Amino acid sequence: MEEADTEPPLVVVPGADPASRQLCFEWGPAEVLVCETRFGRGGGGDAAPGSSRVFVVRRDQDIYIQTLRKLFNESHGVFIGLQRCEEELAGKSRKAHLVQVSKNYRSVIRACMEDMHRAAAATRDPALHSQYSTQVSILSAMELIWNLCEILFVEAAAAGPLLLRLLDWIRLHVCDVDSMVREVLSSENPSKHKLFWNVVDVFVLQGRMDEARHLLSKEASANPTSMSMYKVLDDLMMKMPLGNTQTLTELELKWQHWHEECQRYLRDGTFASNPHMESICKILAGDENAMLEKKELLTTWYHFLVTRLLYSHPTVKPMELHFYAQSSMDLFLGEESSPEPLDTILMAAFEFELHQVIKECSIALSNWWFVAHLTDLLDHCKLLQSHNLYFGSNMREFLLLEYASGLFSHHSLWQLGVDYFDHCREYGRVYLELHIERIPLNTEQKALKVLRICEQRHMHEQVRSICKIMAMKALRNNRLGSALSWSIRAKDAAFATLISDRFLKDYCERGCFSDLDLIDNLGPSMLLSDRLTFLGKYREFHRLYGEKRFSEAAKLLLMLMTAHIAPCSFWMTLLTDALPLLEQKEVIFSAEQTYELMQCLEDLTAGKPDKKEGEPQLLRLMCDDDVETTKVEMLRLALARNLARVIVKEGTLEGS
Amino acid sequence: MIKRRGHKIREGSQGSPQPITGPHPPTTAQGRGGHFGTTAARSTSVPAPPMAAPAPPSRSSPVSLRARRPPAANGGRRGRRRERARGGAAMEEVSARFVAQKISKARWRPLPAAALQPPDVFATGSWDNEDNRLSVWAVGELGSGEYLGEPQLLCDIGHDGDVMDMQFLDQERIVVASSTGSVTVFRHHQNNQTLSVNQRWEKAHYHVDQDTSCGGAACTGVICNNPEIVTVGEDGRINLFRADQKDAVRTIDNADSSTLHAVTFLRTTEILTVNSIGQLKIWDFRQQRNEPSQIFSLTGERVPLHCVDRHPNQQHIVATGGQDGMLSIWDIRQGTMPVSLLSAHEAEMWEVHFHPSNPDHLFTCSEDGSLWHWDTSTDVSEKPSFLHHGGRSTTYLSHSTINQSVVCAWLNNDPTKDRMEITNLIPNQTLSVNSLDVLGPCLVYGTDAEAIYVNRQLFA
Repeated sequence: MEEADTEPPLVVVPGADPASRQLCFEWGPAEVLVCETRFGRGGGGDAAPGSSRVFVVRRDQDIYIQTLRKLFNESHGVFIGLQRCEEELAGKSRKAHLVQVSKNYRSVIRACMEDMHRAAAATRDPALHSQYSTQVSILSAMELIWNLCEILFVEAAAAGPLLLRLLDWIRLHVCDVDSMVREVLSSENPSKHKLFWNVVDVFVLQGRMDEARHLLSKEASANPTSMSMYKVLDDLMMKMPLGNTQTLTELELKWQHWHEECQRYLRDGTFASNPHMESICKILAGDENAMLEKKELLTTWYHFLVTRLLYSHPTVKPMELHFYAQSSMDLFLGEESSPEPLDTILMAAFEFELHQVIKECSIALSNWWFVAHLTDLLDHCKLLQSHNLYFGSNMREFLLLEYASGLFSHHSLWQLGVDYFDHCREYGRVYLELHIERIPLNTEQKALKVLRICEQRHMHEQVRSICKIMAMKALRNNRLGSALSWSIRAKDAAFATLISDRFLKDYCERGCFSDLDLIDNLGPSMLLSDRLTFLGKYREFHRLYGEKRFSEAAKLLLMLMTAHIAPCSFWMTLLTDALPLLEQKEVIFSAEQTYELMQCLEDLTAGKPDKKEGEPQLLRLMCDDDVETTKVEMLRLALARNLARVIVKEGTLEGS
Repeated sequence: MIKRRGHKIREGSQGSPQPITGPHPPTTAQGRGGHFGTTAARSTSVPAPPMAAPAPPSRSSPVSLRARRPPAANGGRRGRRRERARGGAAMEEVSARFVAQKISKARWRPLPAAALQPPDVFATGSWDNEDNRLSVWAVGELGSGEYLGEPQLLCDIGHDGDVMDMQFLDQERIVVASSTGSVTVFRHHQNNQTLSVNQRWEKAHYHVDQDTSCGGAACTGVICNNPEIVTVGEDGRINLFRADQKDAVRTIDNADSSTLHAVTFLRTTEILTVNSIGQLKIWDFRQQRNEPSQIFSLTGERVPLHCVDRHPNQQHIVATGGQDGMLSIWDIRQGTMPVSLLSAHEAEMWEVHFHPSNPDHLFTCSEDGSLWHWDTSTDVSEKPSFLHHGGRSTTYLSHSTINQSVVCAWLNNDPTKDRMEITNLIPNQTLSVNSLDVLGPCLVYGTDAEAIYVNRQLFA
């Protein structure tokens, strides 16, 4: 085992008091059950009496945030899309596709963030407001990290375009300047606004040259005396080489010239009369101190990093990034503040330490959503292959399993979890099997949905267990028809037998069948269990009898006994059912059939005495026996009379 | 937990990150741009994310055509099925909204008799949530004439138990069936946009327990014909209520030994029910006997039926959807078996609806996450091209036109007059589409992916 990297956080369970009672706990897939025991602290004696309580401690708490459900659901679609397209694409189009997927994930985060922001603005409850604001800042941090990972890992931008991507990254995420810009531009005289130079500086720091020039031209027209100075600065800014089109060496050469030009103007003191313009020129020339003076406007060290790269190392290679990143952070934060988790994560990304990024994110964020999806995407970029964990299968699968388990512990989001398990090759199925059985089934419709999930994945064991649960529920509710339907669906012979027995018992008690619409329509499913076959056939006998098709009915009745389809306990009832047939005016049972009936009766009575054991039972049987013996005697009589008639009849028939 | 230093999300009112002209960040240009803009921009550019994101190649693989003939000799019919490529502009007509609750039912509010405009208000119910809700939504222009892309929530109210079924009784009242067995009439107050309970029948459906007295049983279906309300449930019971009466007008206990899944009116006094052993039953409330006046069933297979709808003009034509995704068309005037069995979805068909004013069109949705549009009104002019060659087609044309007007397309058994066109409206969905409703040119549907979708130009 590796050492834990950070101290595990302390979770206080509100209401639980380990001082007075000892607590015990039990791990669940995504929850821990903590309960109070009867043992007190000191001496092991019983604590004060009173009811003990059970606490459910949830791990992935973000799952329960209502506003994040949109994130989970929408990203589920992106995730599925990514897994589906995996096989088909290769080479260049594959990379473009992965970048597109990454952007889709980010826009899902953005959309969620905007919703949250709107909700925060709309609410009046200060507690709720701060909760929303926290969520917004977390989501915003997630998007920031994701975006950087997209540039560095998914897109893997090369020197040149890399800087452009980083600039876009900064422009997208450092956006509080926008309100400042709006304020300045909407004022009557922008160039006189107190924030005017701040705005120009921000544009320059972010490399937004056209916008900076646009603003400067306003100032120039208002201030004709320093026209020439503006002209020079404007020219410098216009000429700044930045490029997609030219080759790296070309760019480097052009940039060198431009850089020297900036330096020259500085040396010549062209802008000496205007401190604002001079500082801009210093920034253009790559003067780090001039940049650091604008710390307020830069707001973060990574903004400083990108600005610094823009004006001193525009052709930075991906592998050199970490060097500049580290020094930028040191320069920017100085001595006084230590890096926060976000800083460490970004730094790990700049160092191309993928696993470190994932690890830090797992520690810092209170959900698995982010790491699970990011890791999956990076895995699709084939960046994580080398890494195997000493437990589970690999990191991607481990994180997806954690996330999906969290979803399954949610009362409503469990349906999303299924697809995540599907895409975990090694353990996904086992997880799914264990989780799916534990979903509470409060309606048949929900049961059908769960069943469909199991049936699609050929999880026969689970199908049987769910059907059994539903059949049991129906049975408890006295819905025999439903119960039988469920056990037929599960192909559960034992349970079908049990329910058939209930039907037969009900028949014996009431003398008529319930749920005829079901029993009459059993069809081939009748063959599921012997008892069910008997039930179906016995009902058929009743129908034939009702339709006065006596000989067919008699044949069927006899067959039920001789083929041993009927349970022995039911033979007496069957023989009693034969009575009216025996007593019909016309002869129904042939001599041979009568002999067989007699045989059955003898078998039944001969078997009887074995069962008589124990005093109380004997007593009960004694009074039962009165009825029973009368029945047997009546039967014997009827059989004998029938035999007599049939011998006469058959004799006559043969004789004639 | 981490927080970002020094960053704020942009103010909601501001759309683009660039207030003055300048290069847009690439994400805005290349990504699903809508998300980065305002709400309106989002829903107009790509309204159904993420399933509607630019089509990945995998989508083009056609779903195989399966059409099974019925076991009876009635002669099946093969549906011609195509998946319309619905990328780009075609998607614009669909607007979507994630609502953070799984949607079990979606219903348009009926239009007043003289109304000409398309429907603009619908209600949804949720299921499997800790607190389920009944919500009323608006789409389209609202007063100011501003086009609203996403459906906007007008009001909602908590609902005890899953919403199992839902019907508008009239313009204002909604009847909701609950998994707790109760049936509730909610009133939607349109002047101040609130919902309130108008009437409730507690434990309209219940089990008679072995040990305890009774427990509620899910009410699975409800149908209204103002003022009459009929409900069916897992307890196999049929209840007839009247909106203004406290007690049930008529109750048929043990009407069915298995679960009743859905109900619809056949005529004013007759109803149709479908159950979990594949039977379609007609009940006549004029008869005092508590038995169905007629039973239809799929032979042998006992495949549960989940939904039923009746042709709006020709009342003898009934469509049902089964557990295996099969669409069955029945002619209740003759036989006890379906006229045609059309193999359709891969999993349970949750709902089937004839278009109320254009019944040549039928819509079905399923657990497999698809929603199909069945169209039997294919242009006659297009038809002869593959049936006949050359100039002789004119005689056939007139014949078939007459024929079509007399015999309903749904009962057309002649395989040569194969004129059904089927379109899957959601090509790339994964989770179940639980409910749909059509009215005029508008379609609304809700899914287990916690989203509602509105298509306002069905026949465009």
